[in-house]
Amino acid sequence: MKTHQFEVIVVGAGGAGLMAGLYASRTAKTAIITKLYPTRSHTGTAQGGIGAALGSEEEDHPEWHTYDTVKGSDYLGDQDAIEFMCEEAVQAVYELEHMGLPFDRTPEGKISQRPFGGHTNNVTGKPVRRACHAADRTGHMILQTLYQQCMKNDVNFFDEFQVVDLLMVNGAAAGVVAIELATGELHVFHAKAVIFATGGHGRIWEITSNAYAFTGDGPAVIMRRGLPLEDLEFFQFHPTGIYKLGILITEGVRGEGGILINGKGERFMEKYAPKVKDLASRDVVSRAIYMEIRDGNGANGQNYVYLDVRPESVNKYAALDGRLNKDGAPYTVTGEEILAKLPDIVDFCRVYLGVDPITQLMPIQPTAHYAMGGIPTNKYGETILDEKNNTVPGLYAAGECACVSVHGANRLGTNSLLDLVVFGKHAGLRAAEFAKGAEFQPLPADPTEFASSQFDRIRHADGKENAFDIATTMKKVMFDDMGIFRSGKGMENALKVVRELKERYKHVTVTDTGKIFNMELMNIWELGNLLDLAEVTTVSAIARTESRGGHSREDYPDRDDKNWLKHSLAWVHENGKIDLKYKPVVITKYEPKVRTY
Amino acid sequence: MEVTIKVFRYNPEKDKKPSYKTYKLEAIETDRVLDLLEKVKGYQDGTLSFRRSCAHGICGSDAMRINGFNRLACKTLVRDTGAKITVQPLLGLRVIKDLIVDMDPFFEHYRSVKPWLINEDPEPEKERLQSAEQRAIFDDTTKCILCACCTTSCPSFWANEQYAGPAAIVAAHRFIFDSRDKAAAERLKILNEVWGVYRCHTVFNCTLACPREIQITKAIGEVKMALTTGKLE
Repeated sequence: MKTHQFEVIVVGAGGAGLMAGLYASRTAKTAIITKLYPTRSHTGTAQGGIGAALGSEEEDHPEWHTYDTVKGSDYLGDQDAIEFMCEEAVQAVYELEHMGLPFDRTPEGKISQRPFGGHTNNVTGKPVRRACHAADRTGHMILQTLYQQCMKNDVNFFDEFQVVDLLMVNGAAAGVVAIELATGELHVFHAKAVIFATGGHGRIWEITSNAYAFTGDGPAVIMRRGLPLEDLEFFQFHPTGIYKLGILITEGVRGEGGILINGKGERFMEKYAPKVKDLASRDVVSRAIYMEIRDGNGANGQNYVYLDVRPESVNKYAALDGRLNKDGAPYTVTGEEILAKLPDIVDFCRVYLGVDPITQLMPIQPTAHYAMGGIPTNKYGETILDEKNNTVPGLYAAGECACVSVHGANRLGTNSLLDLVVFGKHAGLRAAEFAKGAEFQPLPADPTEFASSQFDRIRHADGKENAFDIATTMKKVMFDDMGIFRSGKGMENALKVVRELKERYKHVTVTDTGKIFNMELMNIWELGNLLDLAEVTTVSAIARTESRGGHSREDYPDRDDKNWLKHSLAWVHENGKIDLKYKPVVITKYEPKVRTY
Repeated sequence: MEVTIKVFRYNPEKDKKPSYKTYKLEAIETDRVLDLLEKVKGYQDGTLSFRRSCAHGICGSDAMRINGFNRLACKTLVRDTGAKITVQPLLGLRVIKDLIVDMDPFFEHYRSVKPWLINEDPEPEKERLQSAEQRAIFDDTTKCILCACCTTSCPSFWANEQYAGPAAIVAAHRFIFDSRDKAAAERLKILNEVWGVYRCHTVFNCTLACPREIQITKAIGEVKMALTTGKLE
């Protein structure tokens, strides 16, 4: 066992972790620990843009962005935090530009912006250009730029170290325990402040846009230490994943004028969102696709529809919608322009589907994409302990693993990149400030005891069960019964299956007995995280007897503000029992009203 | 269809020297090589070790040699490889275990060219302006995902790992030609050294290997040209 000491430890090196590390390291001795190389983080796969009311292209205001986000959240987002994020957005994007991020440019040389789902001009109700983009690889450019800034500023990294436990002493964070993948050795990182920025857990579902790495490590580790998780029942299904593979096709395709077409060749979003049509919120569009498929309007009788960005289609529907350029001329695109604006999308379709989107339709289906819920925090990234918003000294979270909550029941596209930049920065600043005024907590006598016991249990299981089988079964039942539409009966089935799988998991086989890069052992530990989070997600969802944002129940089809305008907090006890409590939503200016697009 | 996948195996805790192991499994044409490796690991041999994350060609984790060419396993389909597949670790980097190589020397070269924007002028209140034309000059090299397919396909790098390699030069290009950056001269000086850009003998392996289809040899040529003429346009 090796022991290290830093004032601030950041776990995870995606956008939120790098931003936190960059800011914390300005005043505190900081290290970032990541199970991947930083540039492999999932932020890199974000495509369409980062939302900020710059007004580069047309009139826009942070207040409009705030309202759109509140409405997008189906009124479950905390409005003080949303106001804070949308106001900080403008400066955050300029800061990224100053760091070197190569945004696309307008003819005047300003940062280029495109329309995105749910982002509107609050006067006309029409889509507004708010997503600041670098082609369709905005996340890639954010990740690269932030990593480059970390190198420039000599931030310490521990690459390919898997954090497996959080140390808590006297009710405060005292550090983390990690496994060095290259040696299998345990390391203790003694710290005054710990920031979790470990990303999402979309690998729970069969069809997902999420990386293999997205196994909910941070939330699972924190939950095992007796802390609550917030709003896990809200998970976003992105409308346009590549059929069967789930690979993301950015909403930017629709921002550039692409439309959704059912098996009969009809543009169906007009029925579901008459005002903004294909640019409605993601929950609305995913449900519409599902309903089209259920009504027999899937393509070729299968469970997919088409996304159409062929220039002739884009130009036809742009003319019908009366879409104009800034100079008042009708909006039109050419094949070359589509290729220039969406090069990666074109590449994905050619490689994985053998389809050329400039001349052919893309087969798509909704794909598990984003965790609105996670580790509860306030807008400074401080981790919340209970339903009264008390905080845990020295413990922070930011990015997808956290729940501030700015996304509520449904996140708007472009707001995740914004979330990780804004709250990553503030978590880093707060953690460093806390570290300046705090002493190190003493380390426990045997700091690796809890982590070691988990791995001993896996290594010494009696080996009858195949982990790959357990994972496949979990993914299928969660996609079928805990997907876009849910029902009490289906969710109860999911819960039953997940609990059976947790029993089987106790008897899992491990064949690799080595220490060096024992990826089998690590993957099995990650599967344990997914199973734990799948269970809490399902229990939280069963309890919520309403439909709101990403949580859509056939047996409770309406939103119920009287009983359910509140956040769930779930605790898992050592005996496996799950407790649910609730805390109110923060409302500042926007009273809940009926949500239409 | 049935495919056979022959995989380079080496476990430093057990093996004196590397060997190959062959697995047979059912696959369809649209399966990724990564899907096959996952299935082998899941059902036939849990000890097989490799890196992977995003599984769609963006994170750069699963670069390996597939049928003799550097490729991402997640972006190579059975349709492209046929039913007989051989998988080896990248060449020119130390093998740690199976398909996992030591990436540290690769990232060292990346860092050596100072791959970050250098501009000490006071920051404007809003964005630094840059025309769409200025932005287009370095667009291609911003696509790099640092997978190392290029550098580890380069005979000059195989011959001597002190050579900065194509990925590092691509990173330098991305900043040298960015109108907002002020350190082109500094980076050009680094690449003018003995292990710099002139070790490139335009073999084009890098360009062929790049899963992002970056015109790497062209970018290296532009850096050489800038060194020769002292001009950035």
